[in-house]
Amino acid sequence: MANGKVTRRRFLETSAASAAFVAAPFVRGAHAAGSLSVAFWDHWVPGANKATEEVARAWAEKEKVDLKMDFITSQGNKNLLTIAAEAQAKSGHDIFAFPTWYVHEHAGQLEAVDDIMPELIRQNGNVNGTVDYLAKVKGRWMAVPSTPGSQIKGPCSRIDLMKQHAGIDVVAMYPAGQPPKAENWNMDTFLKAAEACHKAGVPFGIGLGQTTDSVDTIGAFFQSFGAELVDKDGKITVKSDAVRQTMEYLRKLAAFLPPDAPAWDDASNNKWLVSGRGALVCNPPSAWAVAKRDAPDIARQCWTHGMPAGPKGRFAPYLPYLWGIWSFSRNKSAAKSLLVALSTHEAIAKMVEVSAGYDLPAWEKLTTLKTWAEAEPPRGTLYHYPNPHNHQTLSIAAAPAPPNIANQIYNQAVMTKMVARNLGGERLEATLAWAENEVEGFMRG
Amino acid sequence: MSEIAVRQPATFAAPARSRSRLRVFMRQRSTVAFLFTLPLLILVSVMVVYPAFYAMHLATLNKRMDRFIGLSNFTFLFTRETFWMVVKQSCIFAVSAVIFKALIGFVVAHLVHAIPEKGQRKWRGMLLVPWVIPPALSTLAWLWLFDPSYSAFNYVLGGLGIGPIPWTGDAMWARFSVILVNIWYGAPFFMIMYLAALKSVPAELYEVAAIDGATFWQRLWFITLPMMRNIIAITTLFSLIVTFANFDIVWILTAGGPIDRTHVFATWAFRLGIQGGDIPLGASVSLFMLPILAVAAVFILRDVNKRAERM
Repeated sequence: MANGKVTRRRFLETSAASAAFVAAPFVRGAHAAGSLSVAFWDHWVPGANKATEEVARAWAEKEKVDLKMDFITSQGNKNLLTIAAEAQAKSGHDIFAFPTWYVHEHAGQLEAVDDIMPELIRQNGNVNGTVDYLAKVKGRWMAVPSTPGSQIKGPCSRIDLMKQHAGIDVVAMYPAGQPPKAENWNMDTFLKAAEACHKAGVPFGIGLGQTTDSVDTIGAFFQSFGAELVDKDGKITVKSDAVRQTMEYLRKLAAFLPPDAPAWDDASNNKWLVSGRGALVCNPPSAWAVAKRDAPDIARQCWTHGMPAGPKGRFAPYLPYLWGIWSFSRNKSAAKSLLVALSTHEAIAKMVEVSAGYDLPAWEKLTTLKTWAEAEPPRGTLYHYPNPHNHQTLSIAAAPAPPNIANQIYNQAVMTKMVARNLGGERLEATLAWAENEVEGFMRG
Repeated sequence: MSEIAVRQPATFAAPARSRSRLRVFMRQRSTVAFLFTLPLLILVSVMVVYPAFYAMHLATLNKRMDRFIGLSNFTFLFTRETFWMVVKQSCIFAVSAVIFKALIGFVVAHLVHAIPEKGQRKWRGMLLVPWVIPPALSTLAWLWLFDPSYSAFNYVLGGLGIGPIPWTGDAMWARFSVILVNIWYGAPFFMIMYLAALKSVPAELYEVAAIDGATFWQRLWFITLPMMRNIIAITTLFSLIVTFANFDIVWILTAGGPIDRTHVFATWAFRLGIQGGDIPLGASVSLFMLPILAVAAVFILRDVNKRAERM
C-alpha cells in the first residue's frame, strides 16, 4: 500500500504520460509506429493514383510507418466485394475508400473520426450537405471525405450545337472566372433545348438505365421538383404531387432522348459525347478528357456547367468517396494521422491536378483551385465544374431518405425504372403503385 | 531377467502386426481411391461445402446481420413481384438456352463425325473456340456487337434496310441476346460430349441396320439416341446447373436490364446483396436455385441409374 500512495508529483507524471500516450499517434523510429494498410480507389484517369501515393509515402517516411497501399478498382464492383469480404472477415485493410452509401452500411464496424473532422473543417471549410448525409451516422463522423473519386455529374454541353440548335450560349451563361448568369436555365429551357437538339439529330445523352450515371441524373431531376420517394423520416411519399409532376416532366423529356436510353450504361454517355452524336451529357470531366485525347475538335466545343433549376431549386448529382477506418484496425491513430495528411490543401491540389480536374474535394474552401480555372481546351471549360459559386445544391439521388433505404432505392434504380416503365406505356398510377411496392420492400430492417 | 526374456517377443510382435494391418489397409483399393480423392474432397469442402452452409446461415439473418430471423428472408421474397419475375426469367433463360445448346451440339456433332478423321481435328479445335475463351472476355465482344448506339449488327442490318434493333434496350430483344450469347458459348461443350458419345457407338450396329435397310431417321431413333441417352442426360443436367447459375454473360450484356427484364438469380442476388448491401437477402435469392436444381438432378440421375441397372 505504501508503494501505491499517490503523491501530487506521481499524479502529474502519470497524467502527463497518459495524455502523451493518447495524443501521440505513435512512437517514432524505423517503422516504430507500426504498419498501416490502406485500400484506395483505383482511379479511372491514368496516372491519377500517383498524387495519393506520393502524399501517403511522404507521410509514412516522416512518421516511420510501414505503409502498404492497394488501389482497388470499382470495375466489376471489386471494391464492393472487398468491402463485404473484409466486413465479414473482420480483417483486412486499416483504411478503406468507401463509395457513397457504404459508410452507413458498415457504420457499426467503423471507427469514428470525430476527433479529426472538426480540425479538417476548420482548415478546409465545411463539407457539402451530401458528405454530411453520407459520412455522419447518428451525429458522429464515421469517415473523412476523399478527394480521389469524388465527382459532380453535371451537364457537359457542346457550345456549338447548343448555340446552333437551341439558341443557348452556355459560355455566356456560365462564364469562366465569373459567377453564373443562369437565371433562365431552368426545367422549361432545358426541355425546349432537348426538343430542339432532338429535332436537329443531336439529342441530349441522358440514360435511363440502371447504372449510376442514369440514376444520378434522374435523381437530380426528382430533387429539383422536390420529389421524394421516401422522406427524411422514412415515410413513403411515392404518390405525392411532386413525384407525379416529375414523372410528367421526365416523360416529356424522355421522348427527346435517344430511343435506347433505357439500355444505357455508364460508358454510353461518354461515347455519345465523344462520337459527336449529342449536344449534352451529364458526366464528370472524364468524357471531356477522353474527347481531348480522341476527338480534340469535339473537346474544344465542350463546356461543363450547372444543372437546370426546378421548382424546388437547382440540384447537381454529387458522388463522394469516403475514407473510413475499420474498427478492427490495429493502428487507428496512424490511420487518422494519414487521413489528416491526405486532406491538406497541398495534397488535395496535387490530387486534383493529376486527375486533370476530375477529383473534387468536398471542402468549401477548395473549390477554386487553379486546375479547373486553367483547364483547356477551351480555356475555362471546367471552371464551373466544382460549383465554385455554390449556385447549385450538391445532392445524391434518393436523399433525404434514411440512407439504409435510400441505398436500396439508388441501387435498385427505382427512379429510372419508373421513367422507363412509364415511357414504355405503363399508366402513371400503375408505375407509382409498382414503385410504392418496391420501396415498401426496402423498409425491412 | 527371465520375465523380460518372456515379454520381449510379445512387445515386438504387436507393432509388427499393426504394421501389416496398416499395409493391408493401405493396399485396399477403397483406401487408395480415398487418398487420391482427398485433395479434391478438401478443396470441395473448403470452396463449396463451407460457403454453401455459410450462405444458408447468412440467409437466416436480418439485413444488419445481427439477428436470427429464420426463414423471414424467404417469405419476404415470396411477396416481391420482382422475385417472381426473376424466377420466371431464370427458368426461361436456362431451359431455352439448354434446349438450343443441346440441339445445336447434336447437329454439329453429327456433322463433325461425318468429316473424315484426317480433317476432323481442325474442325473440332475451331468449333471449341467459343467454349475455351473466358466468357467475360467474349461477352465484351458481344456487348460491342449489341451496343445500344453503335451496334455492329445494326450497322450491317441497316445496310440491308432492316432495323435498328434495340438488342439490349427492349425486354424481348434483351432476353433473346443473353440467351443467344449463352448458346454460342455453351453449344461447343455439348458438341464435344456428343461427338465422344457418337464415337463410342459400335459401327457394327449401323452396319447391321444398313443391311436391314434402316433409313437415316430410323438409325438415329433406334441406335444413336438410345446409345447416347446417358450422355445427353448428364450433359443436360450439368449444363442446366451451370446455365441457371450464370452471372457473367447477363451481367456484362445487360446487368439485368432493361427494367429488370433479364435478371437471373445470380445477377439479382448480386444486385441485392453486394450493391444493395443486403447480404442475407442476396444469399436467400442465390439459395433459391438449390431446390430447383436439386429436383432436376434427382429426376435426371434417377433415369440414368435406372438405365445403368438395366444394362
